[in-house]
Amino acid sequence: MAASLPLHPPAGVVAADETPLSRNTVWRRFRRHHIAIAGVVVILVMTLVAALANLIAPADPNFIDNVNWQGPALAPGIAGHILGTDEVGRDLLSRLIFGARISLTVAFFAVLMEISIGTVLGAISGYYGGWVDFVIMRATDVVLSIPLLPLLLVITAIVAGTSSKAALNFGVIVLIIGGLSWPAVARLVRASFLSLREREFAEAARALGNNDGRIIFRHLLPNAIAPIIVQATLEVANVIILESTLSFLGFGIQPPTASWGNMLANAQSNIIGAPWVAIFPGLCIFVTVLAINYAGDGLRDALDPNTQ
Amino acid sequence: MRLKHNLGLDQPVYVQYFKWLGRVVVGDFGWSMSNSEPVTDAILGRFPATIILMGTSFVFSLTLGVLFGIISAIKQYSWIDYLITTFAFFGQSMPTFWFALMVQLLFAVYGIPLLFGYHIQLPSAGICDTDTCGFGEVARHLVLPTLVLSLVFIAQYSRFMRSSMLEVLRTDYMRTAAAKGVSRRAVILKHGFKNALIPLVTIVALTLPILVSGAIVTETIFAWPGMGRLFINALQQFDFALLMGYMLMVSCLVIFCNLLADICYAWLDPRVKYS
Repeated sequence: MAASLPLHPPAGVVAADETPLSRNTVWRRFRRHHIAIAGVVVILVMTLVAALANLIAPADPNFIDNVNWQGPALAPGIAGHILGTDEVGRDLLSRLIFGARISLTVAFFAVLMEISIGTVLGAISGYYGGWVDFVIMRATDVVLSIPLLPLLLVITAIVAGTSSKAALNFGVIVLIIGGLSWPAVARLVRASFLSLREREFAEAARALGNNDGRIIFRHLLPNAIAPIIVQATLEVANVIILESTLSFLGFGIQPPTASWGNMLANAQSNIIGAPWVAIFPGLCIFVTVLAINYAGDGLRDALDPNTQ
Repeated sequence: MRLKHNLGLDQPVYVQYFKWLGRVVVGDFGWSMSNSEPVTDAILGRFPATIILMGTSFVFSLTLGVLFGIISAIKQYSWIDYLITTFAFFGQSMPTFWFALMVQLLFAVYGIPLLFGYHIQLPSAGICDTDTCGFGEVARHLVLPTLVLSLVFIAQYSRFMRSSMLEVLRTDYMRTAAAKGVSRRAVILKHGFKNALIPLVTIVALTLPILVSGAIVTETIFAWPGMGRLFINALQQFDFALLMGYMLMVSCLVIFCNLLADICYAWLDPRVKYS
């Protein structure tokens, strides 16, 4: 199995001799990261665009411009299509805007699911130890040792093979990605809980007669929340890439629904004649993921009590 | 009905699974429908191409990643550190398949214009053009896929190497060595470098599954005749015998490499003991 990582609590878990950072301090420290702030702005803009897709988009994302489109994709600027059209005459900008909605929502819900499963399993594993810990950790080892992308692809193929490719809708993709990417979170939370459960306030909570569920979720979890938030942020970036890769390969979000990944699926064969179809969707993915990574990095520095 | 019975498809899934497992133990992975040959032959036939691609990328990204990380750490907060850190962030945020498309557009379609009217034009599909597959030809075809596959790993390794090196630079034994009068160069290379390299082994082992995933995407886009492309083809034709065989082999490969990494770790760092 994977070489065991050092058992220091992850950065952000409050050590015994430190006071936790106040919300003000965290904000003050985060504000110093100009690039992280820029990242947050980009994320907010993207979210806003995704939320208001109906109002912003110049055209319906599936509308085929029969009047101007004659076969090859229209170049940017022609016939009022700001970013041109794709190879079947649909407005590229509108598809990008609606694609943002799909890609960001998939990422949000998949990460929500992944964090929930990972946190619960990691907390139980770290709090109880013993054979419970052994079973959960071996399960995470198994999932971690299988390359994630082929595993996701095989499972989506099973779903598509038993019914049809149309069955690969939004919810199924979220379930599959969220259901398989939790092990990293579980390990992280477990490491926090291993150190937190030995602390005095945990003992005090036990002595006061709280039940285990209450100790785990009310007393320990709030102290382990910082690294979880950071991990969740970075995971959104990972999942956006993962979903777009699946969709690009034809086993993610199915056309005609636009996602940033499946917009690139036919781009390769037309790359000479219509490079803009290949450039813009990928640029959206890249910029969004970069923004999230910078924001996550700034958040990590701001939440880590060990840095000044 | 008879066909179903003869092929064992009327049995419950778990019976079919254990029959499959029984055959796998003796090395028979079944028949690949999409390739009309046994799964073992199909996969092993593509194995060399994948190993060439993954091996080259691995060596390339490890070398550059370690180099960048060390430069970044010993020149902390200099312009070159910012340059490398920014590059690492960009590399980590780049979707492999889009980067592949852009690289193809740049090198294969347009060609990079150079001085004196020369162009760099590199092949962007397949492993060789002619039947005689010479070393030079494979090497030329290897450049773009390697570049694409390596980017993410150069980024990850350099970020990790940077923080690992920074930690080592703060240790007492580094100060002791410097106080003894060892030159800065020797301190960094002999004392620092070796110790900073140890935690990298863990990260390398953890990124191996990502290398396999990356190879799938890269091989598909560059039409590289390796296991990854075989896998995607099988996927599109729902050739489950091959998919299962591929998953099993790839997972075994990853677990084997993790074991290797664990052994390396204990060998490199005498402080680590496995009970």
